[in-house]
Amino acid sequence: MAFPILSSLVALPVVGALLLLLIRDEERNRPLIRNVALVVSLLVFAEAMLLWFEFDPASAEFQFVERRSWIPAFGIGYAVGVDGISLLLVVLTGFLTPIALVSAWESVHQRARAFSIVVLLLESAMIGVFVSLDLFLFYVFWDAMLVPMYFLIGIWGSDRRIYAAVKFMLYTMAGSVLMLLAILGLAALHASATGSYSFDLEALYEIAVPAHLQFWFFLAFALAFAIKVPLFPFHTWLPDAHVEAPTAGSVILAGVLLKMGTYGLVRFAFPLFPIAAAFFAPYLAGLAVIGIVYGALVAMVQSDLKKLVAYSSVSHLGFVVLGIAAMNAEGVQGAVYQMLSHGVSTGGLFLIVGMLSDRRHTRLIAEFGGLKAVMPRLVAAFFVITLASIGLPGLNGFVGEFLILLGAFTWDPRFAVVAASGVILSAVYMLWMFQRVNYGPVTNERNAALGDLTPRETALLVPVVALTIVMGVVPNLFLRPIGPAVERMLDRVHEQAPIEIRAAAPADPSTAARVAGAVR
Amino acid sequence: MNWTAFSAIVPVACVVAAAIAAMTAEAFRARGERMPMAPLGVVGLVGAAVASVLLWDQNATSFGVVTADNFGLFVGWVIIAVGVLTLAISGPPVDRQRLPQGEYYALVLFATAGMLLMAIASDLLIIFLALEIMSLAVYVLTGLKRQSPAAVEGAFKYFLLGAFASAFLLYGIAFTYGMTGSTKLDEVGRLMAAQALAPTLMQRMAVGLLLVGFAFKVSAVPFHMWTPDAYEGASPAVAGFMSTGVKAAAFAAFARVFLSAFEPLQADWSPLIWGVAAATMIGGTLVGVVQTSVKRMLAYSSIAHGGYLLAALLSANAIGKGAILFYLLVYAFTNLGAFGVVAMMEAPGRANDRVRDYAGLGQTRPHLAGLMTIFLLSLGGFPPLGGFVAKWYVFSAAVAAGYYWLAVIGVLTSVVSVFFYLRIVVMMYMTDVDRDVEVPAVPRIAGAALVVSAIAVFYLGVLPARVMDWAARSIGTIF
Repeated sequence: MAFPILSSLVALPVVGALLLLLIRDEERNRPLIRNVALVVSLLVFAEAMLLWFEFDPASAEFQFVERRSWIPAFGIGYAVGVDGISLLLVVLTGFLTPIALVSAWESVHQRARAFSIVVLLLESAMIGVFVSLDLFLFYVFWDAMLVPMYFLIGIWGSDRRIYAAVKFMLYTMAGSVLMLLAILGLAALHASATGSYSFDLEALYEIAVPAHLQFWFFLAFALAFAIKVPLFPFHTWLPDAHVEAPTAGSVILAGVLLKMGTYGLVRFAFPLFPIAAAFFAPYLAGLAVIGIVYGALVAMVQSDLKKLVAYSSVSHLGFVVLGIAAMNAEGVQGAVYQMLSHGVSTGGLFLIVGMLSDRRHTRLIAEFGGLKAVMPRLVAAFFVITLASIGLPGLNGFVGEFLILLGAFTWDPRFAVVAASGVILSAVYMLWMFQRVNYGPVTNERNAALGDLTPRETALLVPVVALTIVMGVVPNLFLRPIGPAVERMLDRVHEQAPIEIRAAAPADPSTAARVAGAVR
Repeated sequence: MNWTAFSAIVPVACVVAAAIAAMTAEAFRARGERMPMAPLGVVGLVGAAVASVLLWDQNATSFGVVTADNFGLFVGWVIIAVGVLTLAISGPPVDRQRLPQGEYYALVLFATAGMLLMAIASDLLIIFLALEIMSLAVYVLTGLKRQSPAAVEGAFKYFLLGAFASAFLLYGIAFTYGMTGSTKLDEVGRLMAAQALAPTLMQRMAVGLLLVGFAFKVSAVPFHMWTPDAYEGASPAVAGFMSTGVKAAAFAAFARVFLSAFEPLQADWSPLIWGVAAATMIGGTLVGVVQTSVKRMLAYSSIAHGGYLLAALLSANAIGKGAILFYLLVYAFTNLGAFGVVAMMEAPGRANDRVRDYAGLGQTRPHLAGLMTIFLLSLGGFPPLGGFVAKWYVFSAAVAAGYYWLAVIGVLTSVVSVFFYLRIVVMMYMTDVDRDVEVPAVPRIAGAALVVSAIAVFYLGVLPARVMDWAARSIGTIF
């Protein structure tokens, strides 16, 4: 049997966390704790990269699949596997976790060991969510992930951390328990269709769910994912969670956790319930577009840097949902690309905000000004990431948003037109913020003596900046594995969905290539 | 004389013997002398467990009124586990509150014997008898702290309402006997089935009265009033014992009576149980939110869990048959664990029972706080802990049986319940240390019992297949 690479990816962080439990005398061994956690997370990243190199990007099938029986009476199995979509999200998780860990080295002083353990457990659960091919297993990881994130916000957050942590937990749970019932209903349906229970995703793809049940099941799934994304009007937990979370928490939250909602739409809600998806797609797109504009407008008036970035996430993830709702190759590929790209650039923004607030212990825009002269290198990195977030061509943000708008335009130009205003608005709020923070004279004398990037911070930002450029210049590197998986998902959706949607979708098998060409 | 006629009651006899031994030991105990009464009880319980292993698959009956079928034996093991864990965590509360040792351990063992008998009784009168053996012991245990007004109040309330419930139960039994001329469950079932198509008023009365009686014992809303007071007044170890053991035994009898003898009248009782289950889940959870005492909070939480168990009872169909047994098992370890931590928190002269008293426990007592977190998260239904699988099992049974709305109520109330479980977690990890709370050291045996419970909670959450299978096959012996 082949080496169980996916299981080892899930298990490795847990093993690391257990190792950390063995280290005694936290005060004296703090460097050891940090290094063990970092090495483990780097190993996970290396393994994720190995996974990428071994992955066959031409195939739409799930690869590296492992299946073991778990609760046979209910047809529950331990089934994991990746396709192009989940592969890249696993890599993203592997990429951001070491960054999150290192970002906390200077800012988390209390209970450093527990912090590392929590981050590693979170990583394990996140990877588990992306690789699960069994709905029960998926739900286990999905729910298990809440606990470490709750501790991360609640213990190491700022003043209103408890409120934010509890709100995060209750919001997400409230959404996901109804999904649990829908999963149970789906399994019961499988039982009545075939005589045996199954929670296996590929088996459930095969059964035809009656339209009226699709309606309810889709709503339950979509609610869970919409809260996670977060889609307007379910986004209110996000600014609280982001503002109160420590930098590492924000990076992981924005970078990976939010992607679980959109990933869930792509992987579960749409292909499992295509008829309902076709019915609800315009409504989802409507909420997404409202979110794009609303998030941008609210971001514009924020005085707190972290809140600004948090609302910009609402806006950017609106694009992702819009792309998915368009249900054509450009839209969904763009959505998946935007998931990655938002993870990198918003992760980067939160890192920089964290570095600023480490220095000044404030995140208010008004407290800064003229930083360009004081910290040229930090501001340079800040600049690249800001432009990436706005969606400047040549950087990562552009590719995804462009594809999404293209897809949305083919589907329904009205959505594309409104969404496009979000691109402009994002330039407004980001550049305005950037200007207020970095240009002009140094108005606050406490900013005059701030130190530029330390070697540790440089090491954090260099990979992020490099990746924004790579993703912007050679998008095909990432689009290639996404393409077949997206085609496969769309085939599933359009097989059952009404005619008019099928007509709107391009049936050209070389769309991936065409899309990539259009980007260049 | 045919000795095999006694085989079904051997487990009960083992525990009764241990209880009598404890009582005798107390009688001969010199003032201030310490006697190993808890180990004595453990010996009796282990004997009962071994006897149950030997009885497995035998379907042994004694005197035609006690049937040690696999269902009864499974519940029996849950009760034995509850008994052993209770004895293990009782040391600190008994010492710190100066409870009379002999009485305490003897009563715990007598109550356990009653529970065991209740699980295997197949005659309505024996069920009643077992219930009374159990209840009388537990009433006294509740009020054992004689100098505490809360304990006396709790015990008195529990006793009055319990007596009331017993009367209901007895009245129901009388009606049943009046109709069928028998108190044996299998005969009752046969006669009920014969006239199930047109149930008479008498039959409905019998069902209703028995339902009320059992609902009192499992503290279902609206018959739950005694629960918070009794749990608050009792020592935490006793409260844990009541919330798991009494509940397991009462549910065993409840399930046996309703799923076998009264199964033909399902159409009549299922709407009633539906309503009670929904009210119990909602009531227990909502009132739990506003509690400031951890014991009261856990009391309301255990009421809510009773609601999930009722849902499991109601939707015991082919796929969800084992749900009730699996839930009882998981719940026993989880809830007893949580009450065990509460028991460890008690200092001499201070209950340390306010939510506030848990502030900073994660810093001062990381192990105790870690265990409490595991138990609370399992009660809240988080994977990969047993509580999640148990709830999932119940809800999948409910969905498969078509009780969608009950399942919706169940999942939503469990989200609300997470709120109050998290309050304690918030206190333990996210609030600063309150200097004036002194938590005494945890004795090794009690600590080991809590660790074992936590491991069981993990095991049942990660590798539940075998136990689930086992639960489903056990309940197969009654319907």
